[in-house]
Amino acid sequence: MANPMRIRAAVKDGFTEVRVLMSHVMETGQRKDSSGALVPAHFITELTAKHNDKVVLLAQFGPSVSTNPYLSFKFQGGAKGDKIVVSWVDNKGDSRSDEALIA
Amino acid sequence: MRKTLGMAALAAVLAGGAQAQSTADEIAKYREMIADGNPAELFEMEGESLWKTPRGPKKATLEQCDLGQGPGVVDGAFARMPRYFADTGRVQDLESRLLTCMETLQGIPASAVVDGDWNKGERKTMDALAAYVVTHSRGQKIQLDLANPQTRRMYELGKRAFYYRSGPMDFSCSTCHGEDGKRIRLQDLPNLTHKEGAIAAWGSWPAYRVSNSQFWTMQHRLNDCFRQQRTAEPEFASEVTVALSVYMAATAQGGVLQTPGLKR
Amino acid sequence: MDHKRRDTLKAGGGLGIFGLLVAAGLIKPELAEAAWNKSAFEAKNLESALAALGAGKPGDSAEVQLNTPDIAENGAVVPVGVVSKLPNTEQIAILIEKNPNLLAAKFEIPAGTAAEVQTRVKMGQTSDIYAVVKADGKFYVTKKEVKVTLGGCGG
Repeated sequence: MANPMRIRAAVKDGFTEVRVLMSHVMETGQRKDSSGALVPAHFITELTAKHNDKVVLLAQFGPSVSTNPYLSFKFQGGAKGDKIVVSWVDNKGDSRSDEALIA
Repeated sequence: MRKTLGMAALAAVLAGGAQAQSTADEIAKYREMIADGNPAELFEMEGESLWKTPRGPKKATLEQCDLGQGPGVVDGAFARMPRYFADTGRVQDLESRLLTCMETLQGIPASAVVDGDWNKGERKTMDALAAYVVTHSRGQKIQLDLANPQTRRMYELGKRAFYYRSGPMDFSCSTCHGEDGKRIRLQDLPNLTHKEGAIAAWGSWPAYRVSNSQFWTMQHRLNDCFRQQRTAEPEFASEVTVALSVYMAATAQGGVLQTPGLKR
Repeated sequence: MDHKRRDTLKAGGGLGIFGLLVAAGLIKPELAEAAWNKSAFEAKNLESALAALGAGKPGDSAEVQLNTPDIAENGAVVPVGVVSKLPNTEQIAILIEKNPNLLAAKFEIPAGTAAEVQTRVKMGQTSDIYAVVKADGKFYVTKKEVKVTLGGCGG
């Protein structure tokens, strides 16, 4: 079960800086468990970030993005109280969508 | 890169040990780069949610848990722990106090944690709860009540335990943590007998560990130190573990907490 | 937790998140063209990874900057920042030359978003990191070596 993301967004010098921490195992598919069996790959594949209804970033991840992924980026505009929504899907079809207000 | 290596080689000729210093500088830069966005925040969020969720046979939340600053007060509570609690008649660290709250408020027996496995079940719950509580003491000064005779007694016990040799290698905590400048591979080991080292250690645990993506409480950290000494592992929240925490926290008295930390 | 929303997303099946967002009228279809680029993510050498990204032989550019430490204490978490000063930067990709699959992440930069992203990647060993940037339809690259003291892909 996917746990919530932590999303922080703040306005600085005309840009809104967004920082996201995702809770995900990001299993590479290359690792063996204690019994020697290969642990199947399990990782976030696609992510989208929106400011109000406008897409401000699209990302695709491979399994080599670190466990509990971190992402930061910034876009022009945005005002205190505006909504930021970040959504992801993983290779097993699980997904998560969380939102935060610009501080 | 060639420039860096060339400079390091030159420095090594001029002064032995300069290369080690430049490596240490680069590792310091690495740590600084990952400090922002500590995945411990994910555990903190989970902990806050667990704190406010009715659980256990009594279907109660932990919102009335008294961490020493009064029922429900989380802010600054960890900065004053371990401390003496009159209701249990014991000096308790954060984890043992959380056990008390889970047992009395929620009806979850302490054995669910004490007899459990790391990173599983109620012990995992404990990790998240600890992450939540310590975040609310971040930036605050470590202020143990060292005037309390029970806390003094635990300090003395902790100090004895710190220097007590045991196990097949005849190690004590002080073997690795009693002198400046010791390290395992590239990992610097804090000297816990001095204020600076004690602040570095006590002030940055519990922590998220990037090597295994786990969140470790001080109970987990201490247990692993005993395991690495190849000696008997202490029971979760047992007196000796609380005493060692009192010794560390008292040595770090006045230092600023950076909890939760981020570790290799 | 919002189970219903997740179920709704799951019910979309193979559409993927962008397909669903398009279906819901939330984003413009041109952004949704970027379905997960399987061939790029599965590429095992630099040439085929670049080919799968449509980058061919990108030119070196000092306008693309890679911000990484010189030494990573732990390969499990290596911070990587990419900044492109090239006008009209539309895409940023991060590749780790010595990882089993080179491509770590790929970002689409819509107009109004700064060509500046930071993330963290796993590295199995010391390797060159490449930042590949698409700007005004052309591809550019810069690289930097990161030394890893402890590999990040084991247990």
